Amino acid sequence: MTDLTNLTVAQIRDGHRAGDFSAVEVAEAFNANVAGAKLLNAFIVETPEHALAAAKAADADRAAGTLKPLSGVPIGMKDLFATNGVQTTAASHMLEGFVPRYESTVSAKLWDAGCGMLGKLNLDQFAMGSSNETSYFGNVISPWKRNDGGNAALAPGGSSGGSSTAIAARLCPAATGTDTGGSIRQPAAFTGISGIKPTYGRCSRWGIVAFASSLDQAGPMARDVRDCAIMLENMAGFDPKDATSLDMAVPNWEAALSSDLKGKTVGIPKEYRLEGIDPDIDAMWDAGIAMLKDAGADVVEISLPHTKYALPAYYIIAPAEASSNLARYDGVRYGLRDLPDGAGLQDMYAATRADGFGPEVKRRIMIGTYVLSAGFYDAYYTQAQKVRTLIARDFEQAFGVCDVILAPTAPSAAFGLGEKMADPLAMYLNDVFAVPASLAGLPAMSVPAALNREGLPLGLQIIGKAFDEQGVLNAGLAIEERAGFNARAEKWW
Amino acid sequence: MSDYRIKGETGEWEVVIGLEVHAQVTSNAKLFSGAATAFGAEPNTQVSLVDAAMPGMLPVPNRECIRQAVRTGMAIEAQINKYSRFDRKNYFYADLPQGYQISQLYHPIVGEGSLTIAADEKAGIPTDKAIGVERIHVEQDAGKLMHDQHPTMSYVDLNRSGVALMEIVSRPDMRSPAEAGAYVRKLRSILRYVGSCDGNMEEGSMRADVNVSVRKPGDEFGTRTETKNVNSVRFVMAVIEGEAKRQVELIESGGTVVQETRLYDPDRNETRSMRSKEDAHDYRYFPDPDLLPLILDDDFLAECRDSLPELPDAKRARYLAAGISPYNADVLTAEVEAARWFDTLLDAGAKPVAAANWVTSELFGALNRMGRDISDSPVSPEHAAELLALVADGTISGTIAKAVFEKMLESGDAAGVIVERDGLKQTSDTGAIEAEIAKILTANADKVEQYKGGKEALFGFFVGQTMKAMQGKANPQVVNELLKKALG
Repeated sequence: MTDLTNLTVAQIRDGHRAGDFSAVEVAEAFNANVAGAKLLNAFIVETPEHALAAAKAADADRAAGTLKPLSGVPIGMKDLFATNGVQTTAASHMLEGFVPRYESTVSAKLWDAGCGMLGKLNLDQFAMGSSNETSYFGNVISPWKRNDGGNAALAPGGSSGGSSTAIAARLCPAATGTDTGGSIRQPAAFTGISGIKPTYGRCSRWGIVAFASSLDQAGPMARDVRDCAIMLENMAGFDPKDATSLDMAVPNWEAALSSDLKGKTVGIPKEYRLEGIDPDIDAMWDAGIAMLKDAGADVVEISLPHTKYALPAYYIIAPAEASSNLARYDGVRYGLRDLPDGAGLQDMYAATRADGFGPEVKRRIMIGTYVLSAGFYDAYYTQAQKVRTLIARDFEQAFGVCDVILAPTAPSAAFGLGEKMADPLAMYLNDVFAVPASLAGLPAMSVPAALNREGLPLGLQIIGKAFDEQGVLNAGLAIEERAGFNARAEKWW
Repeated sequence: MSDYRIKGETGEWEVVIGLEVHAQVTSNAKLFSGAATAFGAEPNTQVSLVDAAMPGMLPVPNRECIRQAVRTGMAIEAQINKYSRFDRKNYFYADLPQGYQISQLYHPIVGEGSLTIAADEKAGIPTDKAIGVERIHVEQDAGKLMHDQHPTMSYVDLNRSGVALMEIVSRPDMRSPAEAGAYVRKLRSILRYVGSCDGNMEEGSMRADVNVSVRKPGDEFGTRTETKNVNSVRFVMAVIEGEAKRQVELIESGGTVVQETRLYDPDRNETRSMRSKEDAHDYRYFPDPDLLPLILDDDFLAECRDSLPELPDAKRARYLAAGISPYNADVLTAEVEAARWFDTLLDAGAKPVAAANWVTSELFGALNRMGRDISDSPVSPEHAAELLALVADGTISGTIAKAVFEKMLESGDAAGVIVERDGLKQTSDTGAIEAEIAKILTANADKVEQYKGGKEALFGFFVGQTMKAMQGKANPQVVNELLKKALG
């Protein structure tokens, strides 16, 4: 029998529906892979019983003829989504042992669609990081190795590093991610998988531990474009509990998938050509342009003139919001409480927050507090908001002449763990191509396009118009079909 | 112009007052969550996941709270901002689960408006005076700390956490405690008419931050202090009086007033410093990224306007136009329940002037005696209208009416029923009256002689005798006419 863990979401769904295998068999196969991959540290909590229970229900539903859209598909859940009865930590000491009595809207939708949960996936603490090295529960290790014969442990990207590693290592066929400034796309690119951040507001933020509210957006990560479409259909939808939720019908993205790009125009932003960038990145980008032309698209150069201000603006807005969003972790009602002997309220705040937050989280809280403080607000926050408006306008103007934009997802392939932790600015530069679409709230995805000379995956990013996830997925599919990316990490764990 | 002055050693000082009134919005649910808002519930029984700021929880604006703020703005003829926005006010405190209060700093929902306080000679307000309102914004209330539950710990009750408040910020337009008192009373009256706040100051539904400064008349504004959370009209006036005196004494003894936040202690009737400007928090206000800007459309605004009731000033003007005395008009319009009761009475056909006199004397007197509010008056406006109609059409006399009213209070029966049952109807039956008159004149022939001889004062005697014979039920006018004819 084929290894069920090599199947995609669509193959599991269809195979289960056709009776080729049972959902329990699928769940057991993935549970076994999860149990055998402790070295990767992709999961904070494993929930094999949850996956099995959903699988049994799926098999029963098949017998009863009441199959759901994702019956029999087990997935991984980023540990930023509140899961009823299952510890939810945001990879922080602050929330270690916190068990919510509520279910996030996105995870609830997936369970309703028939999915089972294999476990809660590791991530950068409070989703702050680009390498999954800020987790309180330890680094996630990418399944990928360089082809230089060395054994360096590589970063799976971040913040959805548990998700990317788990999918690349066949621990789950798909997983949820969240993307604030590249946290779905960059880890997807680093591990040779696909991931889409939909238009801001497509997926409800209710029940997702907040990082930066105006940027946070959930999305799926999976092995291919079709799986991303299937997953997203089952995650998206209007939610009256989220005031920023889009009140729009969810299209049937999977059914409308088409890699025929005739009549479409692809924009190539000249400002994304960075001097001194890894030539493999530029080569992949050029190859991607050729692929889209081959799919029938016209290609035009476009200008997004404010691109260089995006990263600085992002690193003002996101920390500003985070500094406020994370104020609720104060030791009063839930999570960690550090109450030294004889301590008063202020002492408790100080001790709890000093102990509960990791260094990167503290850095961002301090940056955010600084940029919002009296006397600095206009110079930083107000300025950054203006930049954000200008960046959104750049995209609007560009979409006057093109339908989607093609760019690299990240400026490099995966780097080694520890290589960039000493230099936050170098780490932040990882998101240079991802952040503009986040600031503009646009749908964007990463698809694997090539291996670099070190044998590591590289991803191409497609950015679309607001609400045009279909255009993004279709362009992604066109690349996927032509790139023929089928490399996978050799099992060493 | 108010002539209220603090007499200091260096001369007279004028007091400048501005008020920030926090009014709890009347709504079943909180500003951003579905939790209930009833007063006096067991601690932490009206707390949603949002109010407790659990991870991943999001605020969703409550349409009714927004509507009430807009209607309030309209009631003071304020500018309604079709675009407004929520901001976060960041600070740490145990009663503030989110670590920030959602408020509106930069773009409040209501802009400039004003309300008029009525002239009150006795209170030193010689003419009607308009008091400017700078803005109204909506914001969340905090929870409550309880310090008396445990020897070393404080307990937190989050029932109030997230309840909607309107902050109504006046211009520094008031110049005496009386004006400030009148402003708060007028504001409370309007809020209660509109139905946007129950105005219950004891339960904390309305409380004021009192800004006071002093200056020599004609000088620039002095430095102000802000006394927080004052929860009655009387205390507001006491704070102003005390704080103005304190500032004058301070300045005259060579000190300077520092901008600071003060607390009022009603037991000692004094304020004390809470924190100075230097210790003030940096609240790091910024637009709440969980909430989109609030855009009000024309249909929504039209509904808000159409649903406004007649407001106190308009009502008072209507009463005056109907001939009701200014005093009665004031009394009848002060509380919305009384005004509503009175309007129902008018709708049932009562004549305005007589009805106003009757309500302010007979009805209020009776309610006072019974310790009841007009909202649970044992006599309905419809029954009262019937009573007044019986007087107006001569069926019963004013004297009988008082007796009938007493019986109505006791039994709850309608006036007509009582009059019929107890045979209290006034008679205009000329035959019966003439017969009695004839008997009386015969029995008092001597007095008839005297009357005819010029002692006209005796006419009253004959009226009295006739009324007595008729057991008070004869129509006095008919009696007069028939007597004049008989004595003629």
